[in-house]
Amino acid sequence: MSNAIYMDANATTLPSASALAAMEVALRTAGNPSSVHGFGRATRALVDRARAQVAQLVAAKAENVIFVSSGTEANNLALASGGGRPLIVSGIEHDSVLKPAQLAGARVLQVRRTGQVDLDDLAAALRETGRPAFVSIMLANNETGVIQPVREAADLVHEAGGLLHCDASQAPGRIALDLSALGADLLSLSAHKMGGALGAGALVLKRDIAVNPILLGGGQERFRRAGTENVPAIAGFGAAAEEARTAVHATRLAALRDRLESKLAGVDIAIIGGEAPRLPNTSCIVVAGKSSETLVMALDLAGFAVSAGSACSSGKVRPSHVALAMGYGEEVARSAIRISLGWWNSESEIDLLATRLADFAGRKVHTLPDMQPAA
Amino acid sequence: MSSLQDMKIATEGQNRPKTPIYLDYQATTPTDPRVVEAMLPYFTTYFGNPHSRNHAYGWDAEKAVEKARAQVASIIGADEKEIIFTSGATESNNLALKGVAHFHKGKKNHVITVVTEHKCVLDSCRHLELEGFEVTYLPVQKNGLIDLEQLKATIRPDTCIVSVMAVNNEIGVIQPLAEIGKICRAAKVYFHTDAAQAVGKIPLNVEEMNIDLMSISGHKIYGPKGLGALYVRRKPRVRLEALIHGGGQERGMRSGTLPTPLCVGLGEACAIAQREMGAEAERLKTLRDRMYNKIREQLPEVYLNGDLDSRIPGNLNLSFAYVEGEGLMMGVKDIAVSSGSACTSASLEPSYVLRALGVEEELAHTSLRIGLGRFTSEQDVDYAVEHIVQAVQRLRSMSPLWEMAQEGIDIKSIQWAEH
Amino acid sequence: MSYSEKLIEHYENPRNVGALDKSDTSVGTGLVGAPACGDVMKLQIKVGADGRIEDAKFKTFGCGSAIASSSLATEWVKGKTLDEAEQIKNTMIAQHLSLPPVKIHCSVLAEDAIKAAIRDYREKHGEKPAEQAAE
Repeated sequence: MSNAIYMDANATTLPSASALAAMEVALRTAGNPSSVHGFGRATRALVDRARAQVAQLVAAKAENVIFVSSGTEANNLALASGGGRPLIVSGIEHDSVLKPAQLAGARVLQVRRTGQVDLDDLAAALRETGRPAFVSIMLANNETGVIQPVREAADLVHEAGGLLHCDASQAPGRIALDLSALGADLLSLSAHKMGGALGAGALVLKRDIAVNPILLGGGQERFRRAGTENVPAIAGFGAAAEEARTAVHATRLAALRDRLESKLAGVDIAIIGGEAPRLPNTSCIVVAGKSSETLVMALDLAGFAVSAGSACSSGKVRPSHVALAMGYGEEVARSAIRISLGWWNSESEIDLLATRLADFAGRKVHTLPDMQPAA
Repeated sequence: MSSLQDMKIATEGQNRPKTPIYLDYQATTPTDPRVVEAMLPYFTTYFGNPHSRNHAYGWDAEKAVEKARAQVASIIGADEKEIIFTSGATESNNLALKGVAHFHKGKKNHVITVVTEHKCVLDSCRHLELEGFEVTYLPVQKNGLIDLEQLKATIRPDTCIVSVMAVNNEIGVIQPLAEIGKICRAAKVYFHTDAAQAVGKIPLNVEEMNIDLMSISGHKIYGPKGLGALYVRRKPRVRLEALIHGGGQERGMRSGTLPTPLCVGLGEACAIAQREMGAEAERLKTLRDRMYNKIREQLPEVYLNGDLDSRIPGNLNLSFAYVEGEGLMMGVKDIAVSSGSACTSASLEPSYVLRALGVEEELAHTSLRIGLGRFTSEQDVDYAVEHIVQAVQRLRSMSPLWEMAQEGIDIKSIQWAEH
Repeated sequence: MSYSEKLIEHYENPRNVGALDKSDTSVGTGLVGAPACGDVMKLQIKVGADGRIEDAKFKTFGCGSAIASSSLATEWVKGKTLDEAEQIKNTMIAQHLSLPPVKIHCSVLAEDAIKAAIRDYREKHGEKPAEQAAE
């Protein structure tokens, strides 16, 4: 068991107590929600309750919540449901949007140095396609925490008669989340990024949009996603959603993150995306002259669990596609590490990390070669 | 509803079992308490993302996932590198069929499956037909088994994959996997089997049976819901196209963060099943035979659907002539059984599996699926028999069809107004 | 699917299960549905000298909703004239038992069974039931 201080909440969060309790009850409840007998109905009730809780989190209708196995599946399901519309995605999306988008030959949007998607490029892309498009722009980036101008993007997309999908996996519990205010037509959620367990996600629809199912079989999820429901993970998802709705930890997380960054002022580091509105818990840091691989390893030895880029890649540390999309060069993209905090982190942990980072940065003072835009 | 603990108490020797009695083990199984215990630490202590390569939280989780992978591989005689975790058997079946067909599209456009497959196999095949593939749906014989000669005759040079389920979810019959495997290997055609109802219940070996792809479900073998696996042979290598794209997990065949606790649960469930399968099968067969015999002793005109010998020990599928299945289920409300499979039992159509066996529609409407399993006791069986017999007798006494049969009227001679 | 208390009560304690002599001229028999569709109802009425239904019996092969619907139908026709009994509509049965939408056809079948029994009785009496009853 690791004793390291866990600061990798954007990879996965510690499950909340209420989610754990809900899951344990569900794990010990026998029954298939499709069965008509009492055992089946008991598990069906757990799923229904969770569906209402998740719907409430984003102010949607319960019948428009489709439970799936992960945020990845939710994103794949969303992108499969474009109904033949030309596909447009931002360059900083999670791989579960980018990969299917690439396979479908999507137009990839430029991103500003701030880490926000370039809305002028979106407008241009919408004009280029000449017909209603299906656009996918995430709410908050998993690596930088930068919050995207989804509402503005939605207005542009809708003016052009298109649909907007938004991967909101990193948002719950951290920033407010209201489907109508956001303007998105489809929204992806992941339970384990918000205090629920691995194994559940959801695609939430603003209205009854035709979904093109990936998994065929039984009539579960109103024929939009076959397969016996993962009742325990869904029950945990519901409880986590209820807790996330109040976002009680957001203010404290922001204070912790700001404390870290202010302690590092004057040290030879840079914050990627620091100029833009961000998630309260995320800080993407480049330490001059340290590759992320080296830095993450050194931090691990020093007792901190942080990450380089997103956790889904196959082990080899690749340059961050997010930093690259923001216009940074290879060296910065290979140096970015992500500190992502959760309710379990404390001020003293932050102070320890700040000291360590300053220490690493100070050992070999460097000026960053390409922190300025290339052109 | 009953928790597992309650069920355990029921099995530990009281005269009257704890009700309601769960006899629907083909719909889902309760998660074994030992599996739950194995899973719990991975929700809390070892909660890391198994794909986080930079710290011990991730490594601990990854180690647990890999151990589970080896446990799953072991029960089917596979190599751990050949196991892909999925969200369940539905996804495994979709991935096997659509994935293999898509990869070979253009060169091999023919798929063979069986009319009694699970809905998710049939729906995947229908989808492939819409995409231009040709699908042959093999019929089954009266006992529910396919005709091997017919399979042989159906394989063509452009056949890509043969998908035959190992054990049927409604009637529990076991298809001749080794023979099918031999035929497919000789014809150089992939052999996929949906083994959701078979793993942990009957011995399976992908080498001996020449199986190229095998779907596995967690919640049908006392493991967790929301997790399954697909065995994908490496030598000779099976090529398939992913359904879910993203982080490239599971060697690119299935993206998405692996749910560590669920993987651990499936691994533990497989390990337990592997250890206990032999003795458990004996025990269940005794209970199943006890149930079948007691019912037949007390009730005339009860028909077993599907072969008795080539059948898993925990399944009975009985037609109680002249008594409608749903009405009967309501009459035995202390006993959780199903009429038809769980996915379709909310609809009113008779089971397509029974129809495929040639069971007459009126008899198909009178069937109950009774599933026995790990937590079923002798008292449970006796209690269930008593109540089923009573309910059938009561409902027959108020059935116009039973009345006609007693009067010697042939029901088929009547001009029914089909509606 | 959950059922109303009234429905369950009729299923567990069905009224008027049984058979009347179908060759009796005062008895009308209705047999509707089909075994292949999963429900068959046999509903019989016995019409008294005053032209009112004095007894009714049923036997049903079907789900709980079908059994409850026919049980209720026999209860409701008793004491009614044939014209009054003909006014019983499936919606009244469905509403009384709070049938779930997928079970509405059970109430339709019950209405059909009542009508079929009345038709059978009237046919036995040369379409002039009221006068025949006074013979």
